[in-house]
Amino acid sequence: MNIIESKNLDLFYSSHQALKNINLSFPENSVSALIGPSGCGKSTFLKTLNRMNDLIDGVKVTGQILYNGKDIYASDVDVNELRKDVGMVFQKPNPFMMSIYDNIAYGPRTHGIKNKAVLDELVESSLKGAALWDEVKDRLKKSALGLSGGQQQRLCIARALAVKPKVLLMDEPTSALDPISTSKIEELVVTLKDKYTIVIVTHNMQQALRISDLTAFFLLGNLIEVGKTEELFSSPKEKKTEDYITGRFG
Amino acid sequence: MRKKPFDIYMKIFCYISIILVGLLSFSLVCYVLVKGAKNISWQLLSTSPSYLEERIGILPDIVNTIYLVITTLIVVLPLGVGAAIYLNEYATNRKLTSLIDFASETLAGIPSIIYGLAGMLIFCQFLRLKTSLLSGSLTLVMMTLPTVIRTTQESLKTVPNSYREGAFALGAGKWRVVRTVVLPSSIQGILTGCILSIGRILGESAALLFTMGFAHTLNNYFTALGSSGATLTVALYVYAKEQGEFGVAFAIAAILLILTILINLITFFLERHFERRN
Repeated sequence: MNIIESKNLDLFYSSHQALKNINLSFPENSVSALIGPSGCGKSTFLKTLNRMNDLIDGVKVTGQILYNGKDIYASDVDVNELRKDVGMVFQKPNPFMMSIYDNIAYGPRTHGIKNKAVLDELVESSLKGAALWDEVKDRLKKSALGLSGGQQQRLCIARALAVKPKVLLMDEPTSALDPISTSKIEELVVTLKDKYTIVIVTHNMQQALRISDLTAFFLLGNLIEVGKTEELFSSPKEKKTEDYITGRFG
Repeated sequence: MRKKPFDIYMKIFCYISIILVGLLSFSLVCYVLVKGAKNISWQLLSTSPSYLEERIGILPDIVNTIYLVITTLIVVLPLGVGAAIYLNEYATNRKLTSLIDFASETLAGIPSIIYGLAGMLIFCQFLRLKTSLLSGSLTLVMMTLPTVIRTTQESLKTVPNSYREGAFALGAGKWRVVRTVVLPSSIQGILTGCILSIGRILGESAALLFTMGFAHTLNNYFTALGSSGATLTVALYVYAKEQGEFGVAFAIAAILLILTILINLITFFLERHFERRN
């Protein structure tokens, strides 16, 4: 069952076409990796899935993105409700200038949850879900900016989990982190797959190979190839994919 | 490898400059404080002037100054902060925003007496508010608005975009993002604008001569809004220029100077407080 799919998706930054006729679908409870060289459109594509591109001036999208069968670019869609279901974790950890607790509670509060017991429970379960609870449970009221980079990124994952999304988009979530923090997050992604559908953009092909079920290879705004990760890496069908994964360019 | 004489001359020139500047400002402050301090008395600070008792008191002027600061801030802060939020967070028309930017920059450089003239025509006459605290406040609102907009905008710009993205990605609407993430991170700049405005309001005289009048009457706030009243700076002008009471003028000058020093200190400590918090 595909929870999200794009159909004939084109995206323009003013006159420059950044995505060309992308057709791609993501099955529920899977991890999909988007790979490709810088500027290939993989991050841009990721951001169309929760309409974060709306925030950039001069972006025009044509075609469809279906979330549970409904076009999210239709005029009657509440984009805030969409983003509640399709959460996002960014390249650089971006905790708010608030306490750890308030960071996690931000999303639930945004969507109207005020009851303290409910919030407490959400904060704990989200932090546990992001494997951060044991490290921070004694300093929930301290500023989130005092955490290490890797902890901050797991905090951002916990923050995204707190609104109970169905899909989690991750835009190179480990590119600013050290190897140990990176492996913690990779491990986390694999466990999160049971409950969520994850789409992750990565520069690191080893990472894609380690954690993803599906891999899609982008080049110059085109989707070149998509398939089961093991097959794509072991026997790519396209010459360009083979050149990229064997390190001939990119 | 001898030192070049030119370098030495320039160095000497710079030393002389800094000594002169230091002496000048230090002696000015001392002169005003020394001459003013001996004329400051409890009676001066706590009474209204009376011709019958041949007494001069500046209490009404102090009260008017406080009223003026409060009234102006009540109007200028929501207006200025609101405008800055619009320009920085909502506006999409680049041409319009740069036009408004340019206009407010120009407004910031206009001599205050022109604000006085415009305020007199607009508020006192056209809107029939007469020469009053309200006219004076509204004139100063026009005058301090660019400062508040500018400082707020500068601090909004320093809020990293990643904060906004993070909040949007959780499904927060625009206003919630602004209120809970952007404004708290830029409170420092808003406070700075607020304090700079208080400084300008305290020091303003030319614009108020036209719009707020010279009366030394003690009023409650609501009566004061509709009546003429001198602030400390205007009173200073009146006592020195029209009544020849230079002792009183220097006393007021000393008070204003102390207030200015206090405001600078508050700004300094606030900024340090925020730097440490970050």
